[in-house]
Amino acid sequence: MRRYAYYPGCSLERNAAAYDESFRAVAEVLGIELVEIPDWNCCGATEYFSLDLLPAYALVARNLALVPPDLKEVVAPCSACYYNMLKTDKNMLAHPKLAAAVNEALAAGKLHYDPGRVHSRHALEVVVEDFSLEEIGAHVKAPLRGLRLAAYYGCVTVRPEGRDNFEYPSRMERLLETLGAEVVDYTLRANCCGGHMTQLDAETAYRMIHYLLYNAAKLEVDALVTACPMCQLNLDAYQGQVNSHFGTDFHIPVLYFTQMMGLAFGLEPEKLGFGQEIVSAERVLEKFRNPPPEEETAERKPRRERTGLPMPEPLAAVQRDSASLRR
Amino acid sequence: MAEKSFLEEVMAIPGGERLRACIQCGSCGGSCPSGPAMDYTPREIFAMILAGMREEVLKSNTFWFCVSCYYCTIRCPQEIPITDIMYQLKRLAIQAGYYTASITGFSETFVGQVETYGRSFELGLATGHYLRHHPLQSIRMSPLMLGMVTRGRMSFTPKRIQGIRQLRAILRRAKELGGAW
Repeated sequence: MRRYAYYPGCSLERNAAAYDESFRAVAEVLGIELVEIPDWNCCGATEYFSLDLLPAYALVARNLALVPPDLKEVVAPCSACYYNMLKTDKNMLAHPKLAAAVNEALAAGKLHYDPGRVHSRHALEVVVEDFSLEEIGAHVKAPLRGLRLAAYYGCVTVRPEGRDNFEYPSRMERLLETLGAEVVDYTLRANCCGGHMTQLDAETAYRMIHYLLYNAAKLEVDALVTACPMCQLNLDAYQGQVNSHFGTDFHIPVLYFTQMMGLAFGLEPEKLGFGQEIVSAERVLEKFRNPPPEEETAERKPRRERTGLPMPEPLAAVQRDSASLRR
Repeated sequence: MAEKSFLEEVMAIPGGERLRACIQCGSCGGSCPSGPAMDYTPREIFAMILAGMREEVLKSNTFWFCVSCYYCTIRCPQEIPITDIMYQLKRLAIQAGYYTASITGFSETFVGQVETYGRSFELGLATGHYLRHHPLQSIRMSPLMLGMVTRGRMSFTPKRIQGIRQLRAILRRAKELGGAW
């Protein structure tokens, strides 16, 4: 049994409850004990750091200070939460003056945090680093055979402190292959979903989301698989808005990697938060329940010419193509 | 002297002094997913900062369009913490009063919520922000909101943490201490 402190973060309480439910379910199968940080507060997302620096660090440091003393690692499924905790600890460690000021602020709440005491890790990192693919594969009871998936990491899962390749991460692909899925080479896997841009400038945000959906649709995927609640929200909840804005007709379910793990581990979809997505994943479940005969999968021809490095459709071509699709 | 102090203000974050090493290669702008919407690309903004163009820089929309994706940061051959500098420019623009509420409103409402409850309830927040700043767009957003509500993904009341008074005391002290980091 491995024990980690657990920081669910605000998204996972409601909007991304599917991620929380599926991660907890998968953790149980893997033998992970998650000890939720008592009375944790919001990490500030990307908003607090835009306004005021020291309170932004103090906000995150309160959570680190509340991690039970016997635990050295905290796992966060949300990319922003994971990175804020990592960045706070790292900067406090590197800049003693900052650490002293943060601790002076924490003292007002009778708390203290020793930089370096708690190491923050993303849920995906914990799954693929602390367990070998063989170990994960041993839990697969219902392979995702016949499902064509694209792994989508977004930004801060990978950058600037991720442990996979910054430009071309591949851990989620290897994980999904281990679960039995057919994984496409989605070259925009680490591109940005726009974060909070939907709130600032819808046009810019929709263009970014459209770019990702368009290229996933070209690859004829059954679903996009993500490791971040912000990515999931933007690609799933705003897909309808993007469709009406660009006159497109995308129906690409956006699921969490933990939901795919849970399915392959033989857990019930209802226990993994299926049904909470806006773009229904019913067709994914249908395909999963009725996998194609073994040999058909094996003989499937590659859909892309393998003559060069895979490239996304250039943005100009995407815009041209979308214009022709306009209703 | 004034020029020099603007550069120093911008550099007053961990690793910020690397800004002096910018070679104007443009890797940042070329990597930026929201670059086309910016008044000046990140490369241009850095040239302007080094030239001491305080007002032009802080009045531009460049850093507000930064989506914090860190592509520029990892690609910068001079290891300038570009994304963190964008955050710093946001803070400096707010201090200087150069901003519109529709842009900082979202961050401010978010922070207000965190300081009141200790947690955020993003969609309630998004609704509030939209109604206040984009009332016409709110109508177009209603299918999205409805979908979120029917799937149980929208909370209407945030949870209040037990230690909210403790958190407020910490944040109050941090604001008093302030300072550049």
